[in-house]
Order: sequence, then structure tokens, then C-alpha cells
Amino acid sequence: MIEIQGFFGPLWLLVWTLAKIVAIIVPLLLGVAYLTYAERKVIGYMQLRIGPNRVGFKGLIQPLADGLKLMMKEIIVPSGANKFLFLLAPVLSMAPALLAWAVVPFTPQMVLANIDASLLFIMAVTSMGVYGVIVAGWASNSKYAFLGAMRSAAQIVSYEIAMGFALVGVLMAAQSLNLVDIVNAQQGGFWHWYWLPLLPLFLVYLISGVAETNRAPFDVDEGESEIVAGFHVEYSGMAFAVFFLAEYANMILVATLTALMFLGGWEPPVAVAPFTWVPPLFWLLGKIAFVLFLFLWFRATFPRYRYDQIMRLGWKVFIPVTLVWLMVMGAVMQTPYGYLFH
Amino acid sequence: MSFVTLVFYAFSAILLASAVGVVTARNTVHAVLLLVLAFVTAAGIWLLLEAEFLAITLVLVYVGAVTVLFLFVVMTIDINIEKLRAGFWNYLPLSLGVGVLMAVEMVLALKSRGFDAIASSHPAGYSNTKELGRLLYTDYVYPFEIAAVILLVAMIAAIAITMRKRKTTKYQNPAQQVSVRREDRVRLISMPSERRGAAEGDE
Repeated sequence: MIEIQGFFGPLWLLVWTLAKIVAIIVPLLLGVAYLTYAERKVIGYMQLRIGPNRVGFKGLIQPLADGLKLMMKEIIVPSGANKFLFLLAPVLSMAPALLAWAVVPFTPQMVLANIDASLLFIMAVTSMGVYGVIVAGWASNSKYAFLGAMRSAAQIVSYEIAMGFALVGVLMAAQSLNLVDIVNAQQGGFWHWYWLPLLPLFLVYLISGVAETNRAPFDVDEGESEIVAGFHVEYSGMAFAVFFLAEYANMILVATLTALMFLGGWEPPVAVAPFTWVPPLFWLLGKIAFVLFLFLWFRATFPRYRYDQIMRLGWKVFIPVTLVWLMVMGAVMQTPYGYLFH
Repeated sequence: MSFVTLVFYAFSAILLASAVGVVTARNTVHAVLLLVLAFVTAAGIWLLLEAEFLAITLVLVYVGAVTVLFLFVVMTIDINIEKLRAGFWNYLPLSLGVGVLMAVEMVLALKSRGFDAIASSHPAGYSNTKELGRLLYTDYVYPFEIAAVILLVAMIAAIAITMRKRKTTKYQNPAQQVSVRREDRVRLISMPSERRGAAEGDE
């Protein structure tokens, strides 16, 4: 290690950071590829189908085949579209989805940038993802794309508020905005994880997470029975694939944050022998996989919400619920029962 | 020139260029997107001052929420840019005057506290966020709370102005929908089968 460090000299920090970024991004993109496979398989079995099973053993090479196909396709820019913004939109969508991973910890040591306000950073970065959708909808010069962008913008901005309030509850309980500290504050078995003391906030966060990533049953921005494919109706080839990647990377991000903030992150459910032998990283990955499975399960189970009902749920149900629970938390924390929330 | 200075000048150049672009862009959507770029680079400059909280909040509030709604509005309206530009040269002297006045005010305000007293001599463990919270909730608690109340009043006023109930509006009451019982919708009638004799006749 020291010799390699000496070889690069002053550039070592740059090289080492780049190596770490690659070590996060490559597994993430592989995870995205196989999440699409898992989605098709899981929903297939839930609907008594088999799902993809032709390419490779049990269809395991299907995601690579899909990627190759999308790369070979032509990117068609519609006439009357704003070409620069049309091509910029997928990038605006993808960049925040990747940037947020800079502060996500995988174990207490495995984190690219362990900053104080990592939770706030993630909130800020993910809130920029909406620009990709809006710009795509506007630049396409298409009615359906524009309608999709409008719906999506309103929906994402609404649910961000409920999500933010849910995070306020987490930071009140953990007394820190740092994700490593938040996980460390949940030590001591699954009844200490925040899903239990913050149950209403956990549910609000989970459901808002589905809405934020525009997944079924909140996928009105691409509701195929109404507006074909919504904001990305005019996109083809890799430009479409980048939107797709961003959506799935965001899903994995929301699942990771749920696991870190409400399901104890890398902590084992019970801190006794057989559970503590498993490395912390695997506990985190298992919890992420569980939350992702919930996402797929929702999609296979629930019919799409009507648009006004989505707005009602966000503004009239979730925001009051989170506000009331924050009040309850704040009040109880002043009493001797405050330990319930720590 | 240290690396930080280099980053500062790079961000400042982008900030100024995008701010000029906001005013001069022909397309309003481009102008709003350039405004987003200006906000993000301003946040970058604040990060250089170790004001993480302010920087992240700027991005969260202005980029993530305010400008999205702004873009939302700008995209839906059809602006005739030529008409808007018609009075450009007439208004130029006035706007230059206001601009110079604002610049002078800012220079004076900053000068009075000393231009060079920027964040470079903080002890280890100094947290700008904590410091900000302490100031807001101790020394400046009344101005802070009063500002919050003014914002709340403005918000309620804005909602009250736009909230009109039209008599023709149709809406659903979910509580009512959920509490519907079978008896409200279906009426089961007990009566003898009428077709018995006819069915025998058919065979």
C-alpha cells in the first residue's frame, strides 16, 4: 500500500478517492441491472408467470442483453425539441441519483465522505432530481411528456415535505444529522431500531419514498394507460436507459436510507453469537434487499392512485401525521419517559 | 494561489456568468435553469466558507422547492420576449442606479465588519451549524421568531386569497366513502322465483 502511495505522490488523494468512487458506483450499477431482473422475476411469480428465463441460466444474463439492445438503438430527437435540454435532462436525472451515494455509509468505516450533515446533504441532492423530469417533459415538445412532467413536479415537491418531516423525527431521536451516528444510536437489538418508536414516521417515509421515486402505485408521471410513458415518452436508446437507471438507483438509495435510519443499518437484529458472526455489511445489504422487495411487492399489488388522491394523501394525511408525531416526540422527550425515543 | 482560492475563482466566474445569463437569456426556461446554476455555485462558495448548513439549505429550499415551482409556472406561460425587451434602454439608467446602490450598501455592510475576517482561524471541532443554531435561539431569538410569524401570516394570506369555493366544484369525501356499508348501496328483496312454471314449460 505504502509503495503504491509513494508512486502517485501528491496525486494519491485523488487516485484513492477515485478508486473508492468506482468501488461504490460499479456495484451500484450492477445492483440496478439486477434489480430490473429481480423486479421482472418477482412480479412474474406473483402473477403466476415465470418471468425472463431465456438468456443465460434462468435468464440471469437478461439485464446485460437489455443494456446491449438499448445501446444499439438510435436516440431520436423529436422535431421542435430543444436539443440541448433534451439531451441534458437524462444527465440531470442521473447525476443526483449517483451524487447522494457520496455520504452513504455502508459500515462505520466504509463511507466516502463522513460529513456532519450527511442527512441534510442527501435531502438537498435528491431534491435536485426533479429537474431531470421537468426538463425532459418541457424539452420534448410533446403534450404527454409535458403532462407527465407537471404531475411529477407537483408530486415530488409535495412528498418531499412529508419525507423531510419524517427525517426531522429521526434527527430528534438520534440527535445527529450524521448517518453513522444515527445508526450507532440504534444499537442494541431490533426493538431499539427506530421503526418502533418512530412507527408513524417510518410508514410515512416508506410510502413517501415510493412516491418520490415515482414507483407504482404513485407512478402517475408515466401512467401508461393515460399518458403513454409520461415525461420520457419521446426518449429512446441510451437516453431512455439513463432515466431508467436513475429511477432504479433512486429506489436503491431510498431503500438504503430506510435501512440506515429505521431498520438499524448494519446492526444485527439481536446482538448474540450467531447473528454477530455475519459481517455488518451483509446485514445492511439484507435490509436493503428487503425494502426493495417491498417496492416490487407494492407494484404487483396496488392499483395506481388517482392524481387528486395522491395529493390528498400527501398533504392532508402524511404531513399532519408527521407534525403530530413530532409534537408527541418533543413533549415526551421532556418527561422521564424520554428514553423511549432514544 | 492555493487550491481553495482557485476553486473560489472558478465558482465565482460560473456564478457571475450564470447570473448575467439569467437576465439576458432569450428563453425564460433557460433563464430559470441558469438561476438554478447560480444558486448551486453560490452554495459551493458558502461551502468554502465552512457554512455547510447555509449552503445545503440554499440548495434544499431554493433549488429543490422554490425554483421548481417557478419553472412550473414559467413553462406554462407564453411570454413574448420581444415585448418585454421593448423598454430595455429606457429602464437601463434606473436599474444601473439601483444596482450600484445595492453594491455600495453591501460593500459598506461587509467593510464595517472587516473584509478579511473570514473562516480560516476556527479551532478544531468548530461547527458552523451549531454556532448558527445557538445564535438563532439565544441572541436573535425574537427577530427570528418574528420573521417566522411574518412568513406564516404571508403564507396563510396567500392561501386565503386563492381559496375560492365554487358551487359547481365536485369533490369526494373520503371519510364518507370509507364508512359506506352494504345496506346503503344494496337492497336485498326476498321474493319467490317467478320463472318456475315457465322453465318447466320450456323443457
